[in-house]
Amino acid sequence: MQSMQPSSSCWRRLGDGLYRHPGASLFLLLAPPLIWFGVVYLGSLFTLLLQSVFTFDDFTMNVSSALTWSNYRALLAPTNYDVVLRTVGMAAAVTLVSSVLAFPMAYYMARYARGWQKGFFYVAVMLPMWASYIVKAYSWTVILAKGGIVYWFYRHLGLTWVVEGLLSLPLIGGNSLSTSNLGRLTVFTYIWLPFMILPIQAALERVPRNLEQAAADLGATPTQTFRTVILPLAFPGVVAGSIFTFSLTLGDYIIPQLFGPPGLFIGTMVYTMQGSIGNLPLAAAFTVVPVVIIALYLSAAKRLGAFDAL
Amino acid sequence: MTSAVEFHNLSRVFDQVRAVDNVSMSVEEGEFFAMLGPSGSGKTTCLRLIAGFEQPSSGSVRIFGQEASGLPPYRRDVNTVFQDYALFPHMSVLDNVAYGLMVKGVGKRQRLEQAQAMLDLVKLEQYGARRPAALSGGQRQRVALARALINQPRVLLLDEPLGALDLKLREQMQIELKALQRKLGITFVYVTHDQGEALSMSDRVAVFNQGKIEQIATPRQLYTQPQSAFVADFVGTSNVFDAASAQALCGDARAFSIRPERISMSATAGARDGVHLSGELIDIQYLGAVSRFEVKSASGKIIAVVTPNTLDTPADNLVIGMPVFLFWTPGAMHRLSA
Repeated sequence: MQSMQPSSSCWRRLGDGLYRHPGASLFLLLAPPLIWFGVVYLGSLFTLLLQSVFTFDDFTMNVSSALTWSNYRALLAPTNYDVVLRTVGMAAAVTLVSSVLAFPMAYYMARYARGWQKGFFYVAVMLPMWASYIVKAYSWTVILAKGGIVYWFYRHLGLTWVVEGLLSLPLIGGNSLSTSNLGRLTVFTYIWLPFMILPIQAALERVPRNLEQAAADLGATPTQTFRTVILPLAFPGVVAGSIFTFSLTLGDYIIPQLFGPPGLFIGTMVYTMQGSIGNLPLAAAFTVVPVVIIALYLSAAKRLGAFDAL
Repeated sequence: MTSAVEFHNLSRVFDQVRAVDNVSMSVEEGEFFAMLGPSGSGKTTCLRLIAGFEQPSSGSVRIFGQEASGLPPYRRDVNTVFQDYALFPHMSVLDNVAYGLMVKGVGKRQRLEQAQAMLDLVKLEQYGARRPAALSGGQRQRVALARALINQPRVLLLDEPLGALDLKLREQMQIELKALQRKLGITFVYVTHDQGEALSMSDRVAVFNQGKIEQIATPRQLYTQPQSAFVADFVGTSNVFDAASAQALCGDARAFSIRPERISMSATAGARDGVHLSGELIDIQYLGAVSRFEVKSASGKIIAVVTPNTLDTPADNLVIGMPVFLFWTPGAMHRLSA
């Protein structure tokens, strides 16, 4: 005789029932993450959007729920508009420099590194991410400081004139490395570079090696092969990486305070508005800017065919 | 006559493994030349040495008399059809075919016209706008062929091009490839591990084994006069008898091979002149047009016999385990050189 334990039979019936109704098991699997996303993520996004059309009373410093477009209009005021331009310009520069630096590295990792080398490169790229962001940011203040290691290096290499020349240029220049846009760009690029290398490497990893041979076989020089085969196929990786570097730079509020010339970034602006001033509606309107820019960027990338090869 | 491709004492060594070991051969212009061998025998490496994906460790490769060692693939007048086609996934079929002209700087209109003509040639007129992913294996194969032919190469290299296709399609493509080669008059160098394919399509076949060429001959010579036990065994099936068993069987200590279809088999001993052998029937395979038998001789050697299933064969009353008698004429044996 087969004895059936009530508890196990109950579990078994539940299991059999789920097997017969795949829709139910899918619902059970997806419900927790969907609730999390729906409530926590979309909910807060909605609150943010709502907050951005609330009214802030300059005199009483109170927020009222009267709806207004004035916060968005305020974004177009020259001082605020400058903040947006400054931030977007830096984010674009960081993205460009990161992609140029990341591509050869990612290419080497995907094509040539074998065995222990592969592990070494992975760890080398990821290692900076093990350290706290704040620690890395502050350590760069020491690195770039007058009398720091960077100064020591170019003084001993006799390259002072190069650095002086760079610092005398408009836009990227400044009094010293740490107060120039060049210094800010350097630190941003250092911090976000891994986020560019890894997606490009993953994209290149999926490009079959014999496509390069096929191109060469048909008469393409290495440059032509790169332009017509490798780059188009790795482009989704570049776009993925650039979404990281671009949006992370757009939202950062620490590095702009530590490095570079004075002038607010979107992040520091939001920080100031919601913190000391308490103008949450304007802070919310500023926060919507990166969301819109990233959305525009993605649709442009889609139109350029960045995701066709996926 | 110029040789399309010539190897002189060519070797390619990978980490002390001699993938290609001191090979010399020449492929004539306009020839359909097959390189046949098991995997790891060096045939594909030879093809890659012609294409320029590999450079020789020593020796030389000449293409139409010109030294090619050191030249990168994009400076060689040869094109390749890859084993897994290597079509560009991000381009349409038409752009794939036009690629060779594009990198040469041919204008868009002209190159697309020529590419369309190549698609007509391989009977894919309608498929130019599609992506390679939307094609079947056989269609991708044709695109790869059209793409390789558009540069009008003097030598076309084919690396197991039919390996991924099913049997029916493979047989059809064999006929089409051969017809195309005759029509275009281009030298084809064809790598395959399928001896049937090599025999049916080629003018000449080079049989590779462990980085060396065992024999270069026409398909007929290869089948009827194999020079070594390896060739006899690899090309078709063959019963190879070494020197000792040859001595015991017919009093001549030279190794020989005999094809299964040259052996006659019966349930009773005959009295004709020739080589006689008795054994036990251990396996019967009915293959439609022919039946294949395995007979274990008294010395324990397994001998394959193939008999056509015509009306007068006694195949029906043969059963596994019964004693049988084998017989062949001396002329059916092929002596192997040591």
